[in-house]
Amino acid sequence: MPTHLSARLCSLALSLFLIAFALPALAGPFEDAVAKFANDDYSDTDEAIGVVAASGNPLAFPIISALQDGRLMVDLDSKKVYVTGTDGKSIDAATGQAVASVPDSASAVRLNNRLRRSVDAALGSLTLQSPDVGTRLQAAQSVFKSHEETALEAVDAALAKETNRSVKAALGEARAAILLFKSDASEVEKLEAVATLKARGDQEAMALLTGMGDQPASVTKAAASAIGSIQSSLAIWSSVQNAWYGLSLGSVLLLAAIGLAITFGVMGVINMAHGEMVMIGAYTTFVVQEVIRTRYPALFDYSLLIAVPLAFLVAGAIGVLIERSIIRFLYGRPLETLLATWGLSLVLQQAVRTMFGPTNREVGNPSWMSGAFELGQITITYNRLWILVFTLAVFAILLAMLRYTALGLEMRAVTQNRRMAASMGIATSRVDALTFGLGSGIAGIAGVALSQIDNVSPNLGQSYIIDSFMVVVFGGVGNLWGTLVGAFTLGIANKFLEPVAGAVLGKIAILVLIILFIQKRPRGLFALKGRAVEA
Amino acid sequence: MTPHMLTRSLDRGATIFLAVVAACGILIPLSNLLLPAGSFLQVPTYLVALWGKYVCYAILALAIDLIWGYCGILSLGHGAFFALGGYAMGMYLMRQIGTRGVYGNPVLPDFMVFLNYSKLPWYWYGFDMFWFAALMVLVVPGLLAFCFGWLAFRSRVTGVYLSIITQAMTYALLLAFFRNDFGFGGNNGLTDFKDILGFNVQAEGTRAALFALSCLALIVGFLICRAIVSSKLGKVLIAVRDAESRTRFLGYRVESYKLFVFTVSACMAGVAGALYVPQVGIINPSEFAPGNSIEAVIWVAVGGRGTLVGAALGAVVVNYAKTFFTSGVLAPYWLFMLGALFILVTLLLPKGIVGTFNAWWDSSKEKRAATMASAAAEDGVTEPKMAE
Repeated sequence: MPTHLSARLCSLALSLFLIAFALPALAGPFEDAVAKFANDDYSDTDEAIGVVAASGNPLAFPIISALQDGRLMVDLDSKKVYVTGTDGKSIDAATGQAVASVPDSASAVRLNNRLRRSVDAALGSLTLQSPDVGTRLQAAQSVFKSHEETALEAVDAALAKETNRSVKAALGEARAAILLFKSDASEVEKLEAVATLKARGDQEAMALLTGMGDQPASVTKAAASAIGSIQSSLAIWSSVQNAWYGLSLGSVLLLAAIGLAITFGVMGVINMAHGEMVMIGAYTTFVVQEVIRTRYPALFDYSLLIAVPLAFLVAGAIGVLIERSIIRFLYGRPLETLLATWGLSLVLQQAVRTMFGPTNREVGNPSWMSGAFELGQITITYNRLWILVFTLAVFAILLAMLRYTALGLEMRAVTQNRRMAASMGIATSRVDALTFGLGSGIAGIAGVALSQIDNVSPNLGQSYIIDSFMVVVFGGVGNLWGTLVGAFTLGIANKFLEPVAGAVLGKIAILVLIILFIQKRPRGLFALKGRAVEA
Repeated sequence: MTPHMLTRSLDRGATIFLAVVAACGILIPLSNLLLPAGSFLQVPTYLVALWGKYVCYAILALAIDLIWGYCGILSLGHGAFFALGGYAMGMYLMRQIGTRGVYGNPVLPDFMVFLNYSKLPWYWYGFDMFWFAALMVLVVPGLLAFCFGWLAFRSRVTGVYLSIITQAMTYALLLAFFRNDFGFGGNNGLTDFKDILGFNVQAEGTRAALFALSCLALIVGFLICRAIVSSKLGKVLIAVRDAESRTRFLGYRVESYKLFVFTVSACMAGVAGALYVPQVGIINPSEFAPGNSIEAVIWVAVGGRGTLVGAALGAVVVNYAKTFFTSGVLAPYWLFMLGALFILVTLLLPKGIVGTFNAWWDSSKEKRAATMASAAAEDGVTEPKMAE
């Protein structure tokens, strides 16, 4: 904008002139410029804004922001300028000294649209040098978005002083954005700007590059290639994003299915009430949080840590009870077990509905599980991340337990050959009860985790039961690694299908694929090798 | 099938069952139509519709018993075949509405107008003709069962695995039918029916006729099942149920037998659904819910699996109980009762009502025979003495 530049030059020349000859009483260009507000002339005000903003005086920011809000008062008689604070107290704009009151004859400095733009730009450049890193970063990003040419000088000035790396990068990007749209920037500058935007590589950078208008041929060419590379990097990031969502979904599926894999794998028992164990775990979390809320509010952040062992014990105890009272009478009759446990799931759901009501119950996120952080171009929420970590931890502990403890050894023995294990002196019925309790307990802690991302209602378990079965069937029975691979495969496949086919069709497609997959490998991905014909 | 085979295959229980169903099928509609309203013996129309629903459930239960009781295939997705049959009938009924819909479109059903369909989707073609819809009632479930079964049985998916994937099948269909763009009315399903074959579906006469037809279908279905299970093929099915591998090793093509009986069963379920829809007046995706299919299995378990009569009886008993309990103050406890029913029947009454009764009958008959035999033996021992 040549007019602006000439205004700047004029202002500079004028101030020099004034300092040299006219008003020796005034101490410097800042005070000089402030005095110009009193002229109540638009072009004088414009000059004043430029000089004040560039002065580096600590009063610059209060003055310009007061100007923006109509709090910069001038007394046309005394030619004095005052800043009325938002708290009602006033200061002399030139000296910063407090004044008792602004004279009644004072009026606010008037602005027009052109001046408002100057004010905005001036404020932008002032915040670019704010002592607070967050403010600076935000200012740089807002300059990047607006890419007003007027901000270029301020950006350059800020860039020269900036020490923080991320702010520096943001300023560089802002500068590039400005240069790209600046008609008189050199070709070299523009090419550099394109390269900077290419390095930024996100949706906004691409929007700038596609909307930059007429440019020299070399710049257009560079921009086209930059757009191409940004597009491919965006595609990669969106894959990464899908993969992350898939991992997150997979961890939820895994958590819900591990317990099932144990009971199904070791005992061959289809536990249709497994989902209700998850639900019981979630309600245990709810109860724990209620107690903490009413009695010990300070402990709220630890509520989940308390809920995990409790949920394990509650669901595990109910599991052992179920095994002793129902399931042990049905061994060798898997289809009847399926029906009985379905009936059990109805009873448990209705019991919870009677006790806690049919509506959703509120379970809060502790502070360390709320919020999110950015990783490259994707956002990762802490609760999903913690659930993934938690799931893997549970999985690892379970593997270690199966591998290194006596109970684990007995469980593996019973899985491989029940009669042989019994002959070796393993109390198989005790192992069965403990296994069922373990599987149910793990479902319970899955409930604790799921309470963080899902509605806690009596139907919570129902929504996971079919998916968990799919995971177990897909992964193969009696093999925890199969369950792991199955859960993550299904989770990731689901999330990659979703953008293509939509959520519901994606899910249907997955179900159909599993049904077809079962045809090929009736015993799952990682079938136990053995001679069992009539398994 | 010769008449001789028919009579041979009917035992006492089956004869009683057929007589009762036939009597109901004739007497209830007659009483509803001929006796004056409010008279002691007159069956009100709402009860005719309610019992018509039970009879349809009984047909579904028969279909499940045929595969579960005699072939060991526990399908947790039979509700899907039932619902598909229902949808085929529902589509016919929708097309019969014609210009009497809210939007008055002569071709498009209301929901399609509402969803901005410009023309009828291809899979709705032909459903304005009753014969075509009736054919589809058999063909659609049968074809799905054939494809599904062909894939599953050929690769020897058995036992709980099969149960789980049948459940996944009905779940997938549930999700699909819930979608508006699937072309079956989304979650509202098909409803607001007017005519069937020119008769008003709401009319008493139509309802009575539908009830009689349902009873007839139950009888025919029962006879078909009886014929299958008492034939040589039925023996193979029972062999498959009890020792699948052994049967295969004996040279039978197990998967063909299973596929045949699975497809027949699905067609029966489709017919049940088709008769159900005009009597209930609506079909929506919730019929595909996995819970419904499992509930149907429990009817069979309560009545007695592998008895056919028991399956039908179980369906009526459980559904009567459901109606009775869910309409009163006991409604919140119904799910407790249903759940307890699942558990107690599998634990304490694995043969179901009819199976347990049969066992008791047989053992008491044996006892009687034994006492008679021993008495005869005593007579035999004493006789020579007397002769001496």
